[in-house]
Amino acid sequence: MSSINQHQFEDVRETKKATAYWKENVRYLLILLAIWFIVSYGAGILFKDALNEIKIGGFELGFWFAQQGAIYVFVILIFVYVRLMNKLDKKYGYNE
Amino acid sequence: MDVQTWTYLLVGITFAIYIGIAIWSRAGSTKEFYVAGGGVSPLANGLATAADWMSAASFISMAGLISFMGYDGSVYLMGWTGGYVLLALLLAPYLRKFGKFTVPDFIGDRYYSDTARIVAVICALIVSFTYVAGQMRGVGVVFSRFLEVDINTGVIIGMVIVLFYAVLGGMKGITYTQVAQYCVLIFAFMVPAIFISIQMTGNPIPQLGMGSQLNDGSGIYLLDKLNGLSTELGFAEYTDGKKSMTDVFMITLALMVGTAGLPHVIVRFFTVKRVKDARKSAGLALLFIAILYTTAPAVAVFAKTNLINTVSNQEYAKMPEWFKNWETTGLLTFDDKNNDGKIQYVANKQVNELTIDNDIMVLANPEIADLPAWVIALVAAGGLAAALSTAAGLLLVISSSVSHDLIKKVFVPTISDKGELWVARGAATVAVIIAGYFGINPPGFVAAVVALAFGLAAASFFPAIVLGIFYKKMNKEGAIAGMVVGISLMLFYMLKFKFGIFDGGKEALPGLEKDWWFGISPEGFGSVAMLVNFIVSIVIMQFTPTPPENVQEIVEDIRIPSGAKEATGH
Repeated sequence: MSSINQHQFEDVRETKKATAYWKENVRYLLILLAIWFIVSYGAGILFKDALNEIKIGGFELGFWFAQQGAIYVFVILIFVYVRLMNKLDKKYGYNE
Repeated sequence: MDVQTWTYLLVGITFAIYIGIAIWSRAGSTKEFYVAGGGVSPLANGLATAADWMSAASFISMAGLISFMGYDGSVYLMGWTGGYVLLALLLAPYLRKFGKFTVPDFIGDRYYSDTARIVAVICALIVSFTYVAGQMRGVGVVFSRFLEVDINTGVIIGMVIVLFYAVLGGMKGITYTQVAQYCVLIFAFMVPAIFISIQMTGNPIPQLGMGSQLNDGSGIYLLDKLNGLSTELGFAEYTDGKKSMTDVFMITLALMVGTAGLPHVIVRFFTVKRVKDARKSAGLALLFIAILYTTAPAVAVFAKTNLINTVSNQEYAKMPEWFKNWETTGLLTFDDKNNDGKIQYVANKQVNELTIDNDIMVLANPEIADLPAWVIALVAAGGLAAALSTAAGLLLVISSSVSHDLIKKVFVPTISDKGELWVARGAATVAVIIAGYFGINPPGFVAAVVALAFGLAAASFFPAIVLGIFYKKMNKEGAIAGMVVGISLMLFYMLKFKFGIFDGGKEALPGLEKDWWFGISPEGFGSVAMLVNFIVSIVIMQFTPTPPENVQEIVEDIRIPSGAKEATGH
């Protein structure tokens, strides 16, 4: 009898852990995708003309974001995600 | 040594390497054939993904396209890199955890339906065939220009090479040849770019050279110079553009989402061991891709400036040798309309005398800049590496769609592993022959159909996979309806506005532009079709039964990274 209760208890705890892990994961996704949107669609397209008023070296800033900057940020975003998730996996004991 | 000898030498060496790797890493089981045995390291997978993704279009055509489009070319730069963020964050880790061989595998199992599986197979086949035909054509172009064989012979040589290592090695052979091909293609792309950057700006890093001052002592920034030259000749300012903001937005989105939904890219993430490896290799893949993708816009600026300086208002008789070389390929044409013996290269179509194919800019760039012969030969080897690596990846998707998703999963479930392996090899052979046929007899609409492939991937796979992972209650009715409506809408829009078939053919197209929905071009319409797919899926789901308990458990399981079993077909 007590072993069955123990088993159910374990199950509930596992489910709770999985839900908490998933919530944190989704929160990371939303933040990173917001940055993804801002550097490409924001700086490179929607606000390009305003940013082009600023010049850094020979680059107009909006043009730079569209042809260079957004791509650099994309690479950084994925590696930040890799780090965050590796930490999160450890925290919840899902790392291998 | 002259260019010709160098080219034979470099192309010969690289081909020998690819074939050697294929023999060393041939596949012995379906698991090795489909997912390279599932033990590829994140670094090797990152390199292979980068080579797989960067096709003849990225290597040969993209910088040229950008040099003629200026700011508008940003849609390709952001669109074909930003998709990897979506792939790494929303798809790759979960699909790896799911642990099967193909994208239709996921769709079929997650939506507990062979109908869904078959819809996915059809999409995968259409997308991959349109792509692979373009690669074969790229191989032919490189052969014809640099080895002076005709395009058809070039296509056939390419077919034999790809056939050899794709059919023999499967995913295992392809993965390790792609690693070698990435090294060849990135070296071939960077060397001339660095040379030219030093020549024009004194800065050895092309990404910085692009924003530097010219080193002719004038103190003028290169981009300002190019803007000036462009407006002088009646073109739009280089750092501005002609497309509307809405259209730039929509095309970028369609290309990003399409990239994330392409089966030959997704399947690469089934080859690594653990979920964390899938995440890491997506990051590495984008890093390797970004090296070329941030250099390409610099090459575009260098090449355009060089070109205008070399040809504009100069005497035709005094053109350098490369000009004549490319004239004979028909990719460069001069028509002296006002008979003054000089080349007028201007925006006004009535007066303009020079027509330049996009593809020339990268291939002729080293010649225009007067670089040594071995650099020119290197570009030929790089172009071939780019085309062959992508072709092989696509052929694998085609063969596994037939042998695994159709034969094994739908028609002959009892087939043995050996039998399935032979079917896979047979399917790859047939696919190479069909692709070669289209390479030799290219349908006039190759470019148009490639855009269609991205739109299709965006309108079909992406929403179905994302909903399958992030929305536990999504059911088969919703997903199938979404995919069918998404694809159909995309097809309709392309047929109407890209082929003009409802209004009497291609001639009607310019007149139809004003009818574009919300001013969105067919290239950008994939974004709209994708949104419609999402909406239809979610609405239909509300009125149909929730998915069975065991499917909901699958979804919960793929969200947890630990315990990823090796990929299996069962």
